[in-house]
Amino acid sequence: MSAHHEEPTSFAFDAESEAKIATIIRRYPEGKQASAVIPLLYVVQKQMGRQAGSAWVPRVAMDVVADRLGMPPIRVYEVATFYFMFNTRPIGRFHLQVCGTTPCWLRGSDEVLRACKDAGHLKGYGDTSADGMFTLTEVECMGACVNAPMIAVDDDYYEDLDYESTVALIGSLKRGERPTPGSVIGRQTSAPEGGPQVLTGAESE
Amino acid sequence: MAKVTVDGIEVEVPNGASVLQACEAAGKEVPRFCYHERLSVAGNCRMCLVEVEKAPKPVASCAYPVMDGMKVFTDTAVVRQARRNVMEFLLINHPLDCPICDQGGECDLQDQSVAYGHDTSRYGEPKRAVKDKDIGPLVKTVMNRCIHCTRCVRFSAEVAGTSEMGGTNRGENMEIGTYVEKALTSELSGNLIDICPVGALTSRPYAFVSRPWELSKTDSIDVLDAVGANIRVDARGPEVLRIIPRINEAVNEEWMADRGRFSFDGLKRRRLDRPWVKRDGKLAAATWPEAFAAIAAKLSALPGERIGAVAGALADAESTLALKDLMAAYGSANLDCRDDFAAIDASRPDFFRFNTTIAGIDEADALLIIGADVRREAPVLNARIRKRWTHGKFPIGFVGPRGVDLTYPAQHLGEGPAAMQGFAETLKAAQKPMIILGRGALQRADGAAVLAAAWALAEQTGALTPDWHGFNLLHLFGGQVGALELGFVSGKPLAEMLSGGVDALWLLNADGFDPARIPVGTFVIYQGHHGDAMAARADVILPGAAYTEKDATWVNTEGRAQRGRLAIFPPGEAKEDWRIIRAYSEGVGKTLPYHDTGAIRARLAETSPVFARVGDVLRGGCADTAGPASGATTDAPFVLPIAVYHQADVISRASDTMAECAAVYGPAQAMAAE
Repeated sequence: MSAHHEEPTSFAFDAESEAKIATIIRRYPEGKQASAVIPLLYVVQKQMGRQAGSAWVPRVAMDVVADRLGMPPIRVYEVATFYFMFNTRPIGRFHLQVCGTTPCWLRGSDEVLRACKDAGHLKGYGDTSADGMFTLTEVECMGACVNAPMIAVDDDYYEDLDYESTVALIGSLKRGERPTPGSVIGRQTSAPEGGPQVLTGAESE
Repeated sequence: MAKVTVDGIEVEVPNGASVLQACEAAGKEVPRFCYHERLSVAGNCRMCLVEVEKAPKPVASCAYPVMDGMKVFTDTAVVRQARRNVMEFLLINHPLDCPICDQGGECDLQDQSVAYGHDTSRYGEPKRAVKDKDIGPLVKTVMNRCIHCTRCVRFSAEVAGTSEMGGTNRGENMEIGTYVEKALTSELSGNLIDICPVGALTSRPYAFVSRPWELSKTDSIDVLDAVGANIRVDARGPEVLRIIPRINEAVNEEWMADRGRFSFDGLKRRRLDRPWVKRDGKLAAATWPEAFAAIAAKLSALPGERIGAVAGALADAESTLALKDLMAAYGSANLDCRDDFAAIDASRPDFFRFNTTIAGIDEADALLIIGADVRREAPVLNARIRKRWTHGKFPIGFVGPRGVDLTYPAQHLGEGPAAMQGFAETLKAAQKPMIILGRGALQRADGAAVLAAAWALAEQTGALTPDWHGFNLLHLFGGQVGALELGFVSGKPLAEMLSGGVDALWLLNADGFDPARIPVGTFVIYQGHHGDAMAARADVILPGAAYTEKDATWVNTEGRAQRGRLAIFPPGEAKEDWRIIRAYSEGVGKTLPYHDTGAIRARLAETSPVFARVGDVLRGGCADTAGPASGATTDAPFVLPIAVYHQADVISRASDTMAECAAVYGPAQAMAAE
C-alpha cells in the first residue's frame, strides 16, 4: 500500500492556516479540542497543496496536529489513515477523483476514466503522472448523480462529462487554467438539460 | 439492582451492569475476545452474542445493559449458530499455524474455536497478510494472527497511559500497530502478551521456548520492585522460562512490571554457585567449611561492637532475621538495612510503610508525590494511581525533576523539598489526601528532615486522622520493608560502619552502595546470589539463593507479608540464605534456635505482627500524629534513585534481555529526566 516516499522533516502552520485553526478550535468547548482533528488535517492538506504543490498530510504534520490538540499522535494517525480523503503520501498537483459508482458508471464514467488516463498520462487508479501534475483516484458517490458522470479535481466538481470534455478539462488544467466548476454543458445547477422543460409560458385559458 | 433471568437462573446484578456480567453472575460461560474486565467495552468481536427475550436478533452481551425482568438465553440454537458463524468470520484471516504459535495451548481463539466453532472450515480463498511490527525487545508480533479485538490498544491507552498502539487504515486494510515503528515506552508492556487473546502479541524472550503443559508452575512474589506483585514462576528442569502475574485485587490486580517479568534470564548468569575465600589478595574457590572457618576466625577475634551487618534490597525476611539473631549472639547491635543511605526512621512502622495501602489509592481524592518517579519505581502502583485519576476529581502534585512523565498530568511544583508546601491548600481541601514520599528522596544529607517535613505536611493538611492514613513511603525493592519491620536498624548506622566504625561487615544481598566506600582493612562477608560489584570486594563469599530459589517471606511497601516459593533449586553449592546463617551459627557454637522453616516463621511472627498475617495488611488511620524528629531541609533538587529502569538490581543487571532494553530505552529516559 505505501510505496516509498520522502517524508519532510518538519512542518509548521503558516499564517493563513493559523487563522483558520483559530476559528476551528473555537467551535469546540474547552477540553474537547481533540474534536477538531479532522478539520485540522484538512488545513494541513490545504497548506501542503499551497506550499509544496501536493496536497497531502505528512507524518510530521500529524504530530504537529496531535501536539496542538493535546492528543496522543497515534489517535491522529488512526483518523488520518481511516479517511481516504486524507492523502498520507504525496500526490500530483491536481487530484483527479473519478466517481465510478453506479449512476456515474451507467452514464459513462468509464469514458471519463479513459480520458483521464489518456490526457493525464496515467496508468490507472492510484497512479501519479511522471510530470507530477495529476494523481488519479477512484472515489465512491460524491452526491452529484443528477449530473453524472463527474470528477472532482481537488475540491471542485466537474459534471456532465464525456471523453472530449474531460480531455479538454485536463488540457486547461495543464495550461494552468481553472475552468469554472459545475456542469460543463452549461446546465444550471441540477436543472434539466437544455434549460427549463416545464412552466415555460403563461398558462392558456 | 436489576433481576435478570439467565437460562432460568434468577440473579440480581447492579443497574448498569452488562448482560455478560449477569451471565457470569449466573455461572454461565459466555465466550469473548474483545471484552476484558479491566478495559473499556469495545463490542467489536461479536463473540459474546446471546439471545434476549423480545430482542429481534442476538445481542452482544458485553455492550448490552441489563434491565429489570430481562430474560437471557445463552444456549439456544440461534446463539450456538451465531457463535459458530462469528467464529468462522474471525478465522477467515487467521492463519492455521497453531503448531508453530507460542500461544498454542493457552490460546483463547484455539479454545473457543474448539468449544464454539464449526468443526471444519469452508473457506478456500486466500488469506490476507499483514507485516509484522517491531515494537521493542519484549513483545513479539505476528500480525497475521491478529483478530482486531483492540485489547492492546485499550490497554496501552487506559491502563499503561502511553497511547502508542492503534488501529490504522480501515476495513480489509486495518492494521494494529504503532504506525510509526517504535519500541513501546511502557514499563507494563509485558501485560500486552497476557491480554492478547491470540498469538499476535507474544513474549519475545519466550519465543519457541516451551509449551505451557511442559512447565511446572509455582506461585511466588515479585521482589524486583516493592509492590510485591503476585506472580507465577514457570520453570522446566533447572531453568525459569517465564514469569507471569497472578490476580491479587489488593496488590497488582492482574498486571506486572516488565523488569520483574523479563529479567529472569539474569538468574542464570554471573551467579555465585560456590563459596569463595580471599587468599593472598585474590578470591579463590573454597568449600563451605573453609568459608565458615575463615569467617569464624575473623569474627571470634573481634568484640561485638566492631562487627556490623547490612541487609540489602533483595534480602528475604527469614535470612534477615537469622542474621540479626546471629549478630545478637556475637554481641553486636550494628545493623542497618538502608544500604542506599535512605534516612528512614524505623522507630514506628507507619513512618516507613505505604500506609494508605495500594487498594486505598482508589479512595484518595488528592495526591502529592515527593521525589518519586512512581512510573519507574513501581509501575503497577502507578497504574493504580492512573486508574484513580481517570475516575476524575483527583488533583496530583509532583515535586522532583522536570520532565518526568508519570502517564497522568501532575502539577509540577518544584524540584526541591521547599516546593511541597505549594500543594498544602489542595491537600487541605481534600477529604482523603495522600502523600507519596519516594525512598529516593531520603537518600540525601537532609533526608531525615525531608521525611519529617513530609510527615508534618501530612499532619497539617489532615492526611493523618483516626480513620485515614495518608502518609506513604514508596520503597524500591521487595526486601527493604521486611528488614525494617524486623528492626534491622540499630547501633552504628551504615555510614559510620563504612568510616571505620567496624572491622568486619556481613553484607546480606547488600549491593546498594559503592564498594569503594568500604575501608581497606574491613573484613567483608558477602552473602548473595550475583557476582556484582560488591562480591568482588568481599573477603568471603557465601553463595545464596535468588527469590525464585527459596521459600521465603517478603514484605511489600504496604507492610504486607507474602510468601515466595521455591520454583527451581539454587545453582551449584548455593543454599537458602537463612540456612547458611543457621549452619554457620551451629559451627561456631552460637546455634540459632530454629532448624526448619516452620520454626523460623514462628520466630518471625513473634518478632513482628506483620508476619503473623501473611497475605494481609492492617489498614487503619493514624493513631499518633507525632512525627519523626525534624530538621532543616536544604533546597537541593531531588534526584531520582533509578537511573535506568531496566537495570536497577543485581538480577536485572545480569540479564541479557534487560541489557537489550536498556540499550533501546536508555537514551530516551535520560532525555526525559533532563
